[in-house]
Amino acid sequence: MSMINYASREINCKLVYYGPGLGGKTTNLEHVYNKVAPDTRGKMVSLATETERTLFFDFLPVDLGTIRGFKTRFHLYTVPGQVYYNASRKLILKGVDGVVFVADSQIERMEANIESMQNLYDNMSEYGYDLTKIPFIIQYNKRDLPNAAPIKDLQAQLNPGWPVENPARQKPTPDPWNQGDFLIQQVDGTWIERAPYFESVALTGDGVFDALKAVAKLVLKTLS
Amino acid sequence: MGTGAGTWSLDAGDYQRISEHLSALLQESNARCALLVDRTGQLLANAGEQLSFDPAAFASLTAADFSANDQLAKMIGEPEFASLFHQGEKESMYLADVGRRVILVVLFDQRTTVGMVRLRVKKTVGDLAKLFEEMFSRTVPPGGQKEAGPLAGADDEIDKLFGD
Repeated sequence: MSMINYASREINCKLVYYGPGLGGKTTNLEHVYNKVAPDTRGKMVSLATETERTLFFDFLPVDLGTIRGFKTRFHLYTVPGQVYYNASRKLILKGVDGVVFVADSQIERMEANIESMQNLYDNMSEYGYDLTKIPFIIQYNKRDLPNAAPIKDLQAQLNPGWPVENPARQKPTPDPWNQGDFLIQQVDGTWIERAPYFESVALTGDGVFDALKAVAKLVLKTLS
Repeated sequence: MGTGAGTWSLDAGDYQRISEHLSALLQESNARCALLVDRTGQLLANAGEQLSFDPAAFASLTAADFSANDQLAKMIGEPEFASLFHQGEKESMYLADVGRRVILVVLFDQRTTVGMVRLRVKKTVGDLAKLFEEMFSRTVPPGGQKEAGPLAGADDEIDKLFGD
């Protein structure tokens, strides 16, 4: 949950990078760490195994600018992707303000992506959080690999959308980040909404900041 | 069911009252410094000696430490561990839950004892719990009726910040 400190004029928000093991969550944070000015970021903490697999979480605080005199500070966390670390994965979601699901685009990782997405929905709902109502985006990572699945297949499997019940919101809403796509549209007579998506190559940093900025913006707009 | 984690705020008056409680604790227990961290890992306040480490990293690890121990408690049939003690050769730390929402961390060395710290922390936990009860009652769930937030009407500024 975002914490507004009027005494120090700071808004603190928590973003969590979720997704299957070896999908690129830690690489995302490392790229952010290496690219932002040192005076706008804190220390990066990684609780990892000896083989550099995330055991508990990675953590990186970054300042993304000042609005209305408030410094906007985002605490970036990753979760351990491996299935058997669910207990610690769930703990990291506590108080989350925005979620980035980092999907592994490789065709052979489709099952792992689906399982992790299901696990995200389950863990969020155990806290009483509704993923369809908080800032949530999907980052399709490893787009440079030859065995990357087409975006439309990934979208169909991981981001099929949820029904839009509110009649006021039942109108075609173009996706500002992907020309020609819609975030809200009518499909077979039903209005559905999808999470915004981004393509990325975390190793080179392509798309990493686009996704981060998008989710950060959605989080700040919940405070406006 | 709520839809998200909500928002809460700390104003200058809250900060002042928290600082007073922490300073009194340090003075009477002879501990080095005290930090308040919320359960999501954000540092709320600190008092005492200047910190020689990154407070944001420290706060995130504190919350993780407490959460992990909470789960361990449940596994052995305890509802929670209300306090934790980490003993070092020279430096030690004592962590205590405040109203299931915030964690009080006290760092101390050989100038005092864990018994003294534990005793004095109890009073501070009681005082802070009352204070936070009041502060959290101002928490607004997303989508609920709320007063204008600090960024009300700042949509354009937010768009500009992110280069739209």
